[in-house]
Amino acid sequence: MIPGPFSYHRPASVADAVKLLSKLGDEARPLAGGHSLVPMMKLRLATPEHLVDLHGIAGLKGIRRDGNKIVIGAMTTQHELLASDVIKTSLPILHETALLIADPQVRYRGTLGGNVANGDPGNDMPALMLVLGAVYRLEGPGGGRDIAASEFYQGAYFTALEPGEILTSISIPAVAAAHGYAYEKLKRKVGDYATAAAAVVLTMAGGKVATCAIGLTNLHETPLLATDAANAVIGTSLDAATLKKAAAAAVAIMSPAADARGPVEYRKHVGGIMVTRALQRAAARAS
Amino acid sequence: MNDMTPTREQREAKLEGMGCKRKRVEDIRFTQGKGNYVDDLKLPGMLHGDFVRSPHAHARVKSINSEEALKVPGVLAVITAETLKTVNLAWMPTLAGDVQMVLADGKVLFQNQEVAFVVATDRYAADDGINKVVVEYEPLPVVIDPFKAMDADAPVLREDLAGKTSGAHGPRKHHNHVFEWTIGDKDLTDAAFNKAEVKIKEMISYHRTHPSPLETCQCVCSFDKIRGELSIWGTFQAPHVIRTVVALIAKIPEHKIHVISPDIGGGFGNKVGAYPGYICAAVASIVTGKPVKWVEDRIENLTATSFARDYHMTTEIAATKEGKVTGLRVHVLADHGAFDACADPSKWPAGFFNIVTGSYDFPTAHVAVDGIYTNKAPGGVAYRCSFRVTEAAYCIERGMDILAQKLGMDPAELRLKNFIKPEQFPYHSALGWEYDSGDYHTAMKKMMESVDYAGLRKEQAAQRAAFKRGETREIMGLGVSFFTEIVGAGPSKNCDILGIAMFDSCEIRMHPTGAGIARVGSKSQGQGHETTWAQIIATEIGIPADDIMVEEGNTDTAPYGLGTYGSRSTPVAGAAIAMAARKIKAKAQMIAAYKLEVHEGDLEWDIDGFRVKGLPEKTMSMKDICWAAYNSVPPGMEPGLEAVSYYDPPNMTYPFGAYICVMNIDVDTGVYRIRRFYALDDCGTRINPMIIEGQVHGGLTEAFAIAMGQEIRYDDEGNVVTGSFMDFFMPTAVETPHWETDFTVTPSPHHPIGAKGVGESPNVGGVPAFSNAVNDAFSFLGSTHIQMPHDYWRNWRTAKELGVFA
Ligand SMILES: Cc1cc2nc3c(=O)[nH]c(=O)nc-3n(C[C@H](O)[C@H](O)[C@H](O)COP(=O)(O)OP(=O)(O)OC[C@H]3O[C@@H](n4cnc5c(N)ncnc54)[C@H](O)[C@@H]3O)c2cc1C
Repeated sequence: MIPGPFSYHRPASVADAVKLLSKLGDEARPLAGGHSLVPMMKLRLATPEHLVDLHGIAGLKGIRRDGNKIVIGAMTTQHELLASDVIKTSLPILHETALLIADPQVRYRGTLGGNVANGDPGNDMPALMLVLGAVYRLEGPGGGRDIAASEFYQGAYFTALEPGEILTSISIPAVAAAHGYAYEKLKRKVGDYATAAAAVVLTMAGGKVATCAIGLTNLHETPLLATDAANAVIGTSLDAATLKKAAAAAVAIMSPAADARGPVEYRKHVGGIMVTRALQRAAARAS
Repeated sequence: MNDMTPTREQREAKLEGMGCKRKRVEDIRFTQGKGNYVDDLKLPGMLHGDFVRSPHAHARVKSINSEEALKVPGVLAVITAETLKTVNLAWMPTLAGDVQMVLADGKVLFQNQEVAFVVATDRYAADDGINKVVVEYEPLPVVIDPFKAMDADAPVLREDLAGKTSGAHGPRKHHNHVFEWTIGDKDLTDAAFNKAEVKIKEMISYHRTHPSPLETCQCVCSFDKIRGELSIWGTFQAPHVIRTVVALIAKIPEHKIHVISPDIGGGFGNKVGAYPGYICAAVASIVTGKPVKWVEDRIENLTATSFARDYHMTTEIAATKEGKVTGLRVHVLADHGAFDACADPSKWPAGFFNIVTGSYDFPTAHVAVDGIYTNKAPGGVAYRCSFRVTEAAYCIERGMDILAQKLGMDPAELRLKNFIKPEQFPYHSALGWEYDSGDYHTAMKKMMESVDYAGLRKEQAAQRAAFKRGETREIMGLGVSFFTEIVGAGPSKNCDILGIAMFDSCEIRMHPTGAGIARVGSKSQGQGHETTWAQIIATEIGIPADDIMVEEGNTDTAPYGLGTYGSRSTPVAGAAIAMAARKIKAKAQMIAAYKLEVHEGDLEWDIDGFRVKGLPEKTMSMKDICWAAYNSVPPGMEPGLEAVSYYDPPNMTYPFGAYICVMNIDVDTGVYRIRRFYALDDCGTRINPMIIEGQVHGGLTEAFAIAMGQEIRYDDEGNVVTGSFMDFFMPTAVETPHWETDFTVTPSPHHPIGAKGVGESPNVGGVPAFSNAVNDAFSFLGSTHIQMPHDYWRNWRTAKELGVFA
């Protein structure tokens, strides 16, 4: 568990980072908290020749309101998300989810940007970003662009990031004040990735579900939006039959890999249960 | 008497002797990061070695090309089996009488087997070198399922054993067979089964797992060419044995080998044996003339150095209709992996598995164990247990629950009915042991009262009814376990390692000012010997524990000992300490008599010194006696106050305990919740109740891990799929249940201080308690035995197979 040789760079601006990454090409990787990348390097599953550390760049950190949006700098750590009052009051599901990631040591270093840019189906934040309709701001050699989280994930460790591009911030549109939310994650222990997890944000009107989005973690090679499942609950009061239908619709799009967490059948089965439980808990929280 | 005179209680308390919850003295350095572990050692010019390992479970090694590796800056040498052959070290003997490849010789037999050793100026260069060594393999068919190892057409694994129809433990009946070991009266047992009114038969597996101490295995070897001396600092639970092994295989005179075990970060049996890393580091140091460090990483530790368990036990119990057991028959298929590298006493290829009759009065029993080779890592170490005692305890404790279910009896009641009775001790078991002491009924009843066993059964009945009515998706289980261990190996009449009897030793030197040092042949890996050994001496000779320094682990200074594992330290080394202290006390008495001008017989011991019988003010403290020992001993007596004791125990000790686990399982997800775990331990005399509690907490946490998910698992190709802490279940404080501990005290009649040992009891007794709880939870749905580990997905699978989702 010793990484191969690499050189280390610490640019002071986004422009310098982009320049470096473009110049160094395929063999260079941005380094954020290092809590996904460094373990891969120690196993020599990743062998970048250059690491471009983003910690020296001012302005990649922080949480701010921008009109109707909350904008989070890519280098904001998961711990900082947990410590933020803005997140706690306006995006409580982000707080709830961050708390279910790894352990305090990992969260002190691991960043939101790294978590969503990594492309690992096991990461918890990407499915949540789909549910929240987040937009990622990318800066590259050809300038900046915005891309919806829903367009970003292409396969395990494959994302829409182009060579030389870095993610600078994530903006999340405001969620209705009266919304209900839940992130249900089944894991074997603290520090484990999800066996299955579901994120739900919904609103209720007159005892019935008015709007709903459901995201799924680690149940496919990319995070998923379970649109059919969400549609199935809209207009209902989440009675037993509806929940069953929604869970079945979600299970229908799952294709997890078998691993030590369990065989495919189990992971899909509990994926359905996570959806059910998240829907119930979210509805109970909605006002 | 004036007010300043301390009371008896104050004098007693000042000693911090046996029974005192003395704080651990070693924690002063550990909690400040000032421990001194092998990896802290940095010697001038020290090199680093690391292994090229096999990606295949079974393959022929066609060629090894080191050319590119040697070009990596910092890489100095690449050692292969061919290099080792020049010093006759390509293979090494195992403690179990087998031989093991140090580096792949012609073929590899398990994934991650050591193939070549790269030596470099730093660890990074060594690893870069590893990646440049080109090994050409020709994959061979693998044997992974132990039940297929002895098929007629199973691939031949150990070509080196071709034509050998017998091994270290008798005849071999197949090319993948290691040994067959039997014990007990077969005819009598068969007869008991023939006339049994009730019988059960179940294949009970105890899966492969791993001790996984926090600190992995490591060493630094330094060969001094001028003096011809080899110094080895290593993570050794038994440093003297390592010295003797090195002397025997490296042909270096034993007095020129210095083995030092510094602080050790946990052992649990992982650090008893000798590993290829030690041999390669030593050879590399001899070849380069520089110190060489070898440090295993976590993946290497989990996949290559010493697994535990992997016993597949076909268990049969015969009984009367009333539930009186009449016979026990067990056949074990023991998966030893590629080499038989078990660290058992030499004459016990299946360890003390014949403790399998447990706490019950079986009139007859028979056991047969077949050891087999497979394409898995070697080992079979005693993971926090005394040589296969965990396997035996699991076997009988599951067996008794299965029998109770068949009889429609409560499992606690069945146990009470069959316990060995207090008046039967010393008890001769059907499989040859002499249990020293026990009071099982008292312990069991105390457990049942403490947790309100009857109330829990009522609650369970209500929960089951509610489940059947569809009102809850949770089921509830009670896991009862009543274990008897056999520890303290062991008497020279039946225990040795490589011909060395399994005694242990202590040397005490008292200094003139009344402080002293005790050097002991055991070796703490976290058990707190520096604390508890001083407490024994404090009580024995009346010197405060704080004034006794305990030293272990340096073979040049410590008397020869067999080390620490198998809960043997207190039963054997602890006895040697008490006996050495008693020698000190005997000499002290002579000195005191001389100084007080009375006959020795006129003196009596009083907490911290001697007093003249009938004249309580005429006293001499032990502290003053120490001073006198260096200036005014009786004429004809040698000055000084020192003693050495080598203790050959007359018998093993037999700790026992009553445990219960209360668990709920959500059938939809298989997620379990440990609601309560109560552990009553009887380890005889209790030296330090706080340390006992700590040992019980740690052992229960391991038991929890093993039963509920921890395993070393291979896929069909022989790839280890649980090679890191991502998948090898290592619970954190968050998952760990709350432990309730309790005790009874039944001293060992043959041990000088009546102590039996406790370190391993919770692992031995805990696993069946957890597993019985899972089995008990599901039993009303129609299951009889569910194999471990009971992780979430397997619990869900059980629920599914039992028709819960139909
Ligand atoms: C023991 C352990 C348990 C964990 N458990 C969980 C868990 O349960 N759930 C979970 O979600 N995560 C978990 N993680 C992962 C953790 O949250 C990581 O911190 C996170 O996935 C990556 O964030 P990072 O800042 O550490 O990124 P890094 O590891 O530095 O980078 C990850 C990848 O993203 C790229 N990258 C990083 N930042 C940018 C950027 N701004 N622009 C472009 N590319 C970028 C890097 O080049 C790299 O390829 C765990 C990690 C550990 C060590």
